[in-house]
Amino acid sequence: PKTKPPPPTPEPKSFLSSSTLTLSTYFPLTPSLRSPSPQRVSRDPRRGPMTESPSSEPEPPSPKPRAAAGNGMRLVVPLQGVVQGRGGLILGSLIPCALFYFLQLYLKRHRSPKPPASSSNPPSPSSSSPNLGDLARTSSRSNLLGRGSIVPVRLSSRGMAIAKPNDSPYYVGLDKVAGDPFHRVDNPEGIIQLGLSENTLCFDLIERWMKENLMDSLMGGDGAELSINGMATYQPFDGLMELKVAMADFMSRVMGKGVSFDPSQMVLMAGATPAIEILTFCLADHGNAFLIPTPYYPGFDRDIKFRTGVELIPVHCRSTDNFMLTVTALDQAYNQARKRGLKVRGILFSNPSNPVGNILSRETLYELLDFAQEKNIHIISDEIFAGSLYGTAEEFVSVAEIIEGEEFDKSRVHIIYGLSKDLSLPGFRVGVVYSYNENVLAAAKRLTRFSSISAPTQRLLISMLSDAKFIEEYIETNRKRIRRMYDLFVGGLDQLGIRCAKSSGGLYCWADMSILIALYSEKGELELWDKLLNVGKVNVTPGSACHCIEPGWFRCCFTALAEEDVPLVMERIGKVAEMCKSGH
Amino acid sequence: MVFKLNNQLLSRMAIGDGHGENSSYFDGWKAYDSDPYHHQNNPDGVIQMGLAENQLCFDKVEEWLKKNPAASICTPEGVAGFKDVAIFQDYHGLPQFRNAVAKFMGKVRGDRVSFDPDRIVMAGGATGAHETVAFCLADPGEALLVPTPYYPGFDRDLRWRTGVQLVPIECDSANNFKLRMEDLEAAYEMAKLNNIRVKGLLLTNPSNPLGTILDGDTLRNIAAFTNENNIHLICDEIYSATVFGKPDYVSIAEIVDEDRKSGRNGLNLDLIHIVYSLSKDMGFPGLRVGIVYSYNDVVVSCARKMSSFGLVSAQTQHMIGSMLSDAEFVEEFLGANRARLAERHGAFTGGLGRVGIRCLRSSNAGLFVWMDLRRLLKEQSVEAETALWRVIINEVKLNVSPGSSFHCSEPGWFRVCFANMDDETMEVALGRIRAFVAKHKEAMKPARKLCAQSSLKLSFSGRIYDEFIMSPRSPIPQSPLVRART
Repeated sequence: PKTKPPPPTPEPKSFLSSSTLTLSTYFPLTPSLRSPSPQRVSRDPRRGPMTESPSSEPEPPSPKPRAAAGNGMRLVVPLQGVVQGRGGLILGSLIPCALFYFLQLYLKRHRSPKPPASSSNPPSPSSSSPNLGDLARTSSRSNLLGRGSIVPVRLSSRGMAIAKPNDSPYYVGLDKVAGDPFHRVDNPEGIIQLGLSENTLCFDLIERWMKENLMDSLMGGDGAELSINGMATYQPFDGLMELKVAMADFMSRVMGKGVSFDPSQMVLMAGATPAIEILTFCLADHGNAFLIPTPYYPGFDRDIKFRTGVELIPVHCRSTDNFMLTVTALDQAYNQARKRGLKVRGILFSNPSNPVGNILSRETLYELLDFAQEKNIHIISDEIFAGSLYGTAEEFVSVAEIIEGEEFDKSRVHIIYGLSKDLSLPGFRVGVVYSYNENVLAAAKRLTRFSSISAPTQRLLISMLSDAKFIEEYIETNRKRIRRMYDLFVGGLDQLGIRCAKSSGGLYCWADMSILIALYSEKGELELWDKLLNVGKVNVTPGSACHCIEPGWFRCCFTALAEEDVPLVMERIGKVAEMCKSGH
Repeated sequence: MVFKLNNQLLSRMAIGDGHGENSSYFDGWKAYDSDPYHHQNNPDGVIQMGLAENQLCFDKVEEWLKKNPAASICTPEGVAGFKDVAIFQDYHGLPQFRNAVAKFMGKVRGDRVSFDPDRIVMAGGATGAHETVAFCLADPGEALLVPTPYYPGFDRDLRWRTGVQLVPIECDSANNFKLRMEDLEAAYEMAKLNNIRVKGLLLTNPSNPLGTILDGDTLRNIAAFTNENNIHLICDEIYSATVFGKPDYVSIAEIVDEDRKSGRNGLNLDLIHIVYSLSKDMGFPGLRVGIVYSYNDVVVSCARKMSSFGLVSAQTQHMIGSMLSDAEFVEEFLGANRARLAERHGAFTGGLGRVGIRCLRSSNAGLFVWMDLRRLLKEQSVEAETALWRVIINEVKLNVSPGSSFHCSEPGWFRVCFANMDDETMEVALGRIRAFVAKHKEAMKPARKLCAQSSLKLSFSGRIYDEFIMSPRSPIPQSPLVRART
């Protein structure tokens, strides 16, 4: 192996975004101070006249002085907060920044309305509004005068941010495959999907179970307990109790070693995506942060940050430690975040790790818990791959096992789980928040109303998960088959001279292709990714999409492949490797 | 040494009251949950009339499911489709599902308009759909106008996680609670005066709790108003298939269509959004199918990305896709649904009428009636309404929803749901009301003597009243909501 130059330092970009963040965390203060007014507005002035003469125009004599006072308050209160809370340094930089911001806002409002930025990237081909700017103008013809200086009301700023096309190579790759998916017969030249961690290795088992446990119809053949009334009508939003019981049992089997899970500490929702978002909503306010070891699952940037406004602070792990999380790195990231004025609310990690596939040792888990205790922050352990283990050398330890019987404050520990990976049913949308904190459970239960699981799906899963014999067989067979694919795939890469990080679980491997990149940088890595995608026709996930600081690493998911397609994948990667080596 | 984590380490959302479930309005639900009526096992229990569920046509659905076992994929006929469905996680939704829902939405509106399947975005029920729209359209602190009385859940669905505010527009009985343009304009101007950035207007049409629909002209005027002021118009049309009587229902989609066809193109379609769901029209709240239909491409794209937070299970998509593609079934279902709702509505209001209780007369839709008990109030105040409500729950043993929970500006109105029960239960409920009114009339007639007694009851509940009546106006408004689910 050749020697590598030291990994590049994190780009200055991240500092930039952090300073805008501090600004924006203060900004919401203003509207929240105002919030009492709408109630008053609509009620007080109208209540009086309404009883006597409903038609009289509501005169607003009072709001004016109040609004003036409100303005004063709006300025003073945030400033006080700044002075008391952050000290001179931030005060010195924040106030000019804020003033500058408001100046810009003022200028923007008084400038003639330009076509909004969104018109430059039309999101989807549609006949109705190819250009938003134009549309606004045509519709304003009728009352041009009335609108003169008003800035067109558009979507929310968060909405616009979300609507923007996602340029992460993770999503770009997925979209590309969707347009030209490989099929052995129908589209042999299509792109092979190695970018999505799904598992199709054990579908035959589930199909067989379905055939053997047939329900004549959704309502049960012999008119038994299942009826339309137990499905179509309102059910508890946080999941049926029977499913929680079955799920607790399933998790115990998957985590092994007699770790028991209590159904009453469980909240079910439509997938791990809402599970992680709901937990984030419970644990952190807008502008707070979680520490997260890198490389991490690219979807977290969307799932966690999109709507909650919570920041993710990377804790960089390195290949020299086999990308293992160390408390030293954690401590460093924590202190840096604090220096930037961020409130760190927790540590979020996936175990087995996605994308590396390594698992946290018992000792590391103890250290993490101590760290969380010392800093008084939460632990969020994402264990959705706990049942997809293929390693034999290391044992998987759930954080649930560690805190059992130990003197830890359990109320800071939360586990994310789901059936998308371990039971390979992503279409069924089942996610779990398992928490030891009553308040979190209570809040999460209420939040599930936005993302409940469809009742017929729950009924189906209850019967499947309650079949202990089937579940045992499934877990066992699934592990064996993942192991087999892992050996095949990693062996294939090895023959091409590509090594993978040591791993024990997950539906993927973490391959080091730095020998193939021309430039040892993110750019070089993305060039290789592009070649693999467009020339080699395989979609893998580049490390930079996972915030890995060392270039040249790629996540390759192999559990949605058929065994006989592995040689083709290797051939394609090999072809690109040859190209790179010969300098094309 | 272990130091316990305190509440300060949780978010404001987790420890706050935004969910609204601490409101005393939940007492009605608690009363029902602890003592639910059952015609055999608990004939004296509380009858649930606070839940807008539609169970009148379940037999049709059951019949269809029996005839089409493949739809659910967990049958011998359906298992072949299992693999594709189990792994399907594309947030665009199964094409069959989107096509079927678009077609169904057109059918519900008498095929006078058609919907583009590519604009159908999934969400976790209408609850999730509303929240998604609020996330897309407004930033924290910005506001949406909502005519009162409105569904109490809006206080939670639209505000809780989004930080968006609701500004009520008061409507009153003198005008059958219909939204008047002058009230809309006044509320909008007032909000502007108070430096509130109004981002849109939310209309529930047909209305919950009124059971009324907006006529075409009003809808046209409203659309013109929002268009003129360049604010969004969100139309919640989740009750559109429950319109059981004349006049015919007019959807905002028809206004849009009319505008396009006439070539006027006066409406900026980027400002128009529809929220839909199968919970009321089909009676499937357990399936959690919510829909955002927007004419704005950016909103479609944004909402679709957000739908990852509330995707409908692919199995359910498959089932709904097959069911709603069956044109014959849909036709029959919609017809039966209307007929049965009309019949139930007639029977219930007729029963109430015979004991002198009136309901809002213009109602021709919904799964409920807006019952006028103003004459039974000791005085025209929210306190008196609450006192009467407690009597209805605890003595008459019916869980109905008081108008104040819907932010109604006039005391004495109650929403009573009638489609979540069978005929026998409805008769029992009517019987109880009859008995209550008879008793109450006796109490009312002999001068003012017995009124003193009821005022005793009032003072008893006075403290509870104080706690919650503050909530609608308190700085951090809680949701005085009756029931999460309706």
